[in-house]
Amino acid sequence: MTTFSRGSLTLQPSLARNRWNLLLTLTAGLFTALAVLPLIVVIAYVLFKGGSLITLQLLTALPPPPGLDGGGIGNAILGTLIVTLVAAVIAVPVGVGAGVYLAEFASAGWFARFVRFGTNVLAGVPSIICGVFVYGLIVSTRLFFNQSYSALAGGIALAVLMLPTVIKTTDEALKLVPQELRWGAMGVGASRFVTITRVTLPAAFSSIATGVVLAVARAAGETAPLIFTALFSPFWPEGLFNPIASMSVLIYNFAIMPYEAQIALAWASSFVLVVMILLANLLARWLGRFSST
Amino acid sequence: MAAGARPELFSQRRRPPWELLIDRGFQKLAVVLASVVGLVLIGILFTVLGGAREAIARFGLGFLTTSDWDPIGEHYGAFTAIYGTVVSSLLALAIAVPLGVGTAIFLTENFIPLPVRQVLGLMVELLAAIPSVVLGLWGIFVMEPFLRPGLTSLHQWLGWLPFFSTTPLGPGMAPAVLILVVMILPIITAIARDSLQQVPLALRQAAYGVGTTRWGAIVHVILPAAISGITGGVMLALGRAMGETMAVTMLIGNSNNFSLSLLAPANTISSMLANQFGEADGLQVSALMYAALVLMLLTLVVNLLAQVIVRRLSLKY
Repeated sequence: MTTFSRGSLTLQPSLARNRWNLLLTLTAGLFTALAVLPLIVVIAYVLFKGGSLITLQLLTALPPPPGLDGGGIGNAILGTLIVTLVAAVIAVPVGVGAGVYLAEFASAGWFARFVRFGTNVLAGVPSIICGVFVYGLIVSTRLFFNQSYSALAGGIALAVLMLPTVIKTTDEALKLVPQELRWGAMGVGASRFVTITRVTLPAAFSSIATGVVLAVARAAGETAPLIFTALFSPFWPEGLFNPIASMSVLIYNFAIMPYEAQIALAWASSFVLVVMILLANLLARWLGRFSST
Repeated sequence: MAAGARPELFSQRRRPPWELLIDRGFQKLAVVLASVVGLVLIGILFTVLGGAREAIARFGLGFLTTSDWDPIGEHYGAFTAIYGTVVSSLLALAIAVPLGVGTAIFLTENFIPLPVRQVLGLMVELLAAIPSVVLGLWGIFVMEPFLRPGLTSLHQWLGWLPFFSTTPLGPGMAPAVLILVVMILPIITAIARDSLQQVPLALRQAAYGVGTTRWGAIVHVILPAAISGITGGVMLALGRAMGETMAVTMLIGNSNNFSLSLLAPANTISSMLANQFGEADGLQVSALMYAALVLMLLTLVVNLLAQVIVRRLSLKY
């Protein structure tokens, strides 16, 4: 039997392996700092630079013509809300329905496999391609009342983007609902429809709501699908069939203008947009706490 | 059944016909809603293919290897944009993978107290929620001016290398790559963190039990066990980087002149689409659709590869 010398069980920092250990730990810590740094800097800039510009007038007025001072982003705030709402109204029922189909009616089978595969593929389609698609389908064909660019087209483009997220969250949330709940409901004589709408969906509600809020928050910040579907408008929204302003497109358009006033409006829009999105994320987290698991 | 039991106690309730109707209708509705995904995908494919048909017939595969972009002479080639898409996303990945995986390791192994880790993890996740157009705005007015002196001295010292051969004038490939790093870092970190957390505790304990150091365990046991998830996440991030539009468009300079230099303005397919699609007509729309088709195929291949890798590399422990 071998005996241990006195020092062999104490940590010897000078050993090569322990030096490597320390070096790698420091590297990982440095990487973490580097990864968190941009967030802090971006948030700080947006909050201070954008937040300092916020006034009631800025939140309620129309943007000024290029080169002039003053004005606000009221129409863009309203426009973002409208377009995102249109997207949610389309994507949530369709996505939840598709998720219900996947989780409740057909967990296996070629069609369910195809839908799951399609959802994954759609989730990977770049957002600008959604814009190109809606442009080709709706804008260039003047599908709606002979109007080309419209709020509705923008909403549909965002809906395409939201759809995979909503389907996946619904599918996964429903799969987590204990099977006993379904058996119980069926056992007391409930129909399939009643089981799903009164038992399974309510049980999965908070997880689905979390996913939907996150998808909506992401859609609200998207620009690429909107620039050639909803376009932009310097006026107040004029119904769903006309071009509409949005905060994200405003930031894109105004950031590359050579006028101070427009750039200031871009920062102010960033502030409003980021605050809205962060609040939505916190809301999603709060909703997530009610999940049964 | 005991004799004398009243049979009506056990009588079956027949489902009324309307209830059956609702059930069937509901199921049909769910099928219809599920097929929307397929319809949208087919719609995207046909719209882009149909739009690109004219350009495909006219330029063929030469579109992919030439880089004229001349709306007046009606001659189009997307090589610069394709090169820009591939190079910008690969470079961004090369920087973001070590950073992201390092961060994920730091946030899962217990180097620092749990509450601090949770706050840092939350911050990285919130970074993913910031819209890319806001990052673009920040990139134009804060990051790019901040970087320019550094990039200028890089040009002065290493200007003999073709990659740094032009003077940085503002927008260019290098700032676009860095903003892409900021954008894909949260994806890589989040997925790597999930995969590391799923490594069974027994594996770690066994590694420590045979006397390895913390990093010995991480490098030889934990990372190999989590590699499938991490690689899948990296591929997803690559797909995202290729399709990323706004921040890149605002920082890359949108130039169709091919240059090897990372300091010169360049172009990607998505920024070309964002810039020109609204104002294009005729053959230019078709050429842009062709470029969109190329982008779609690139991201599709990367995303499918991601799924295959996750399935193939899964270690059976």
